[in-house]
Amino acid sequence: MSDPTKSPSSTPENQDENRGISRRGFLKGAGLTAAGTALLDGVQAFSRETAATTNPDVKEMGPGSVPVHLKINGKEQSLEIEPRTTLAEALRIHLGMTGTKVICDRGACSGCTVWLDKMPVNSCMTLAVDAIGHEVTTIEGISADGEPHPLQAAFVKHDAMQCGFCTPGMVMSCAALLERNPHPTESDVRHAISGNLCRCGTYPKIFAATLEAAGNTRKA
Amino acid sequence: MPTHWNEESMLQQPGAAADGKSDKKTVNMPVGVPDYTLCDEPREVPVTEPPVWPINKDLKYVGKSPERWDGLAKATGRARYTSDVQLPGMLYAKFVNANVPHAKVVSVDTSAAERHPGVRAVHVIEHVLGNASLRDPSLEQAKYPVVRYAGQPIAAVAAISPNAAEDAAALIKVKYETLPFVVDLDKARTADAPLVYPGAADQGGTAGGGGGPHGVPQTGNIHGPSIRKVADVERGLRDADVVVEGHYVTQVQTHSALETHGLVADWKPEMLTVWASTQAISSVREELAAFFKIPMTQIRVLTEFMGGGFGAKFGAGNPGVVAAALSKKTGAPVRLMLDREEEHLSVGNRPSSDQMLRIGAKKDGTLTAVHLVSYGTAGCGTGAGCAGPASNLYKYAALHTEENDVFTNAGPGAAMRAPGHPQGAFALEQTIDELAVKLNLDPLELRERIDLHPVRKVERQIVRESALWKSRNPVANADRGPVKRGVGFAQSVWYRMVSMDSAAEVRVHRDGSLEVLSAVQDIGSGIKTVMAQIIAEQFGVPPEKITVKVGDTNYPVGPSSGGSMTTLSLTPAVRDAAWQASQKFLEEVAPAFGTTGGDLELLDGELRSKSGKIQPVSFKRAAARMKTDQIAVQSKRVPDYDRSKYLTYGGVDVAEVEVDAEIGRIHVKRVLSVHDCGRPMNPTQVISQINGGVLQGISYTLFENRLLDPDYGLMVNPNLEQYKITGSRETPEIDVRLVEAYIGQSSTDASGIGEAAGVVSIGAAIGNAVYNAIGVRIRQTPMTPAVVLAALKQPVLGRSLA
Repeated sequence: MSDPTKSPSSTPENQDENRGISRRGFLKGAGLTAAGTALLDGVQAFSRETAATTNPDVKEMGPGSVPVHLKINGKEQSLEIEPRTTLAEALRIHLGMTGTKVICDRGACSGCTVWLDKMPVNSCMTLAVDAIGHEVTTIEGISADGEPHPLQAAFVKHDAMQCGFCTPGMVMSCAALLERNPHPTESDVRHAISGNLCRCGTYPKIFAATLEAAGNTRKA
Repeated sequence: MPTHWNEESMLQQPGAAADGKSDKKTVNMPVGVPDYTLCDEPREVPVTEPPVWPINKDLKYVGKSPERWDGLAKATGRARYTSDVQLPGMLYAKFVNANVPHAKVVSVDTSAAERHPGVRAVHVIEHVLGNASLRDPSLEQAKYPVVRYAGQPIAAVAAISPNAAEDAAALIKVKYETLPFVVDLDKARTADAPLVYPGAADQGGTAGGGGGPHGVPQTGNIHGPSIRKVADVERGLRDADVVVEGHYVTQVQTHSALETHGLVADWKPEMLTVWASTQAISSVREELAAFFKIPMTQIRVLTEFMGGGFGAKFGAGNPGVVAAALSKKTGAPVRLMLDREEEHLSVGNRPSSDQMLRIGAKKDGTLTAVHLVSYGTAGCGTGAGCAGPASNLYKYAALHTEENDVFTNAGPGAAMRAPGHPQGAFALEQTIDELAVKLNLDPLELRERIDLHPVRKVERQIVRESALWKSRNPVANADRGPVKRGVGFAQSVWYRMVSMDSAAEVRVHRDGSLEVLSAVQDIGSGIKTVMAQIIAEQFGVPPEKITVKVGDTNYPVGPSSGGSMTTLSLTPAVRDAAWQASQKFLEEVAPAFGTTGGDLELLDGELRSKSGKIQPVSFKRAAARMKTDQIAVQSKRVPDYDRSKYLTYGGVDVAEVEVDAEIGRIHVKRVLSVHDCGRPMNPTQVISQINGGVLQGISYTLFENRLLDPDYGLMVNPNLEQYKITGSRETPEIDVRLVEAYIGQSSTDASGIGEAAGVVSIGAAIGNAVYNAIGVRIRQTPMTPAVVLAALKQPVLGRSLA
């Protein structure tokens, strides 16, 4: 586009013009917190943010790195991160906990599912600073004393994986289901992972593994 | 049977046939399907080959389904994928991509990016990989590679954090001289369409297939035709009692592997080490060696775990050479993983198709003529041919196929799970179904008359006896209510291709531990488990006790994971190494037990004497008597025993659908998938792959669509919320019946499954089921509600996208 003025308004920004703000960049910048399955007190966060200019009690952070304390899998973790850092980035890059996978990086696939106080959330759409004061549980944290979670064992037994890249997110979604409903039906499992994408086609075996882990083989 | 896709290099390995020096022996091998057609057939095999295995029911570990060898690592998050690799001092790289579909790059100003405090290096791409290349490069003089599609990488930065890399990439200023573009297949093949290339251009294929024919004519954007003729098709059509004809259109699909393409490159003066998300570590090494002109011995490629490829992940590609270049510049390891949008745009897709198919037949069903003319776009690449099924599924008197690639300003296509075959089968198998209707024949009966493949006959018999098929109403559109039920049938085909670059080493250690090594990679199909099973079978030790090491070019050469070649290529080498190592082991320890190697055998974790001379001892105790610390044997693949037969395999699929005629929604309720893959090495893992083929095929048939805006040339849905793939709620009940089909081709007699599994035939099975439900044939994918309503002549609102 040699002459951007001639371009229709919806033409993408020219590289030599100022680049547009990405959707996530906007979210990060605005301090909004949106999570796919749980909208983590987003409205309150937004009102806090808007009130920040007038309320002297509200502490502003960033844009540089700030010290943050998170409770992950029962352990206190201290890290220095920019406030725009997502929980997924904090886990994977800053803490080296790479069991949590990032696939779409915009809340469409649930590959990055972790729990905040046992509620499954997309960690790619959750700012790490918004996890302060909450219990974060990751795929590394659901097995106890080196023993796999019964659901993890059931996934292996039923071969509920191929490439395995969606598997941690699937396990977290299904384990969360079992936490809130110990006796799900197949329909419940389908619903629980309706946001989790798998490209290898492991869904049927995930249904079977989750029902077995729940000791339930009911269909409907 | 003729194979359409008979790239010499893929079917016949040079040198393999010349291996006539070694002495041969004649053995009897099981051939056929147990309970149906099983018999013994003689085979001439090298004398060094291991003894013939019986059929699966008489083996202990092979043909059974021990748990996936690395299953727990995946389920617990311990499995380390390329995108998980972190090295001390590692930098993060980010591409700058073209935001216009066709342009000359006038300048790339990197100065602001270089001043960014987090940036360590900037790289401007001089040779772009993946696009077709001009036969006459002098037709185009440009300082930078010409942009052929929006999303083509132009430059990259390496910075200390992902955020810094993203911020700095946005500071790179690219000036374009834009050129006219075309993204629509029909527009691109008109005489006055903008030209994607100024002259004829060709694109190479990969180990997974894809690419297109070289040297064919090119007119405008039309690269082709590539013609294949058997006898006289016009005469065949004249001889026909019935001719059925259809126009079929399929969309572009992206691979959408969950782990994006990417690498971590660590360039040191003596060794370039690369972690790659790839289907062929060997191909990554080869391409890097050629690109940087360094010996292969100074490059090591690793793939510990890999998050899906489906045909698109071969070679180093643009991410690989750029990551390596940035690592070389900075002296630090560099990670370059694509984001989801880049993954959709720049690293491959399944080409579209526009097919005119005519089939002539006699009243008894005999095919007198098959005539296919196809066009399709693989963007700025080639590989849209789809004549495989029409050429190879049935017996015909005459065949004429013309395949044409049409260049458009879109990302280059790549091999994708059975390249060309879902497209081709969608047209062929619906046309055969239509022919059955015209001839008033049952669709299975018609195929009985035109398909001579012995295994397909068994598979059809299983379908015929199934409750699902018996529940089919042969009368189309029989349901009175708005929701109409239908059942449809279709067949698939794929080809037996052997990679002779398949070797393995088996090591027995004095502490009784066993390991097997090969430079293959496990992309999720489970080759690690199968390797462990083979060692287990030979040594009588459970598979979970075997250490399997793959995904490292330091190991003996391994095959690519593409074209359904991995298991059938590698397993005979693994078995041979295991067999020889076990024989050496027995010979070596025999004197310590006062007997001979021939008197000893390894069973159930023990060393036993056939004559009863000694009491059984554990394998571990026996190993302690080895004379040296290690027995190691490396073996390479020997050619298939009889390369004159069994060149194709496949399966059949039945789909049950419910079509809501009021809202146009198709719901696939149940699928019966009957497939063969030689000796199934691990039936559970094979079933997993078939589930995957079926679900990807449903996804392709009903949902997926890469949408390009014709006015701007940009993809409008480069994500996973608007690029819809099958989810849990669209997953039908899938009943897989595995057919053991022995063919006597190697010491394991394994075959492949990735391509033939469901993905080829399910689209046509759904199409035929929809016809059975509503009495209207839908010849277009994806079969969205709008398409269904249009077929039913209901009003549809919408805007067309390419």
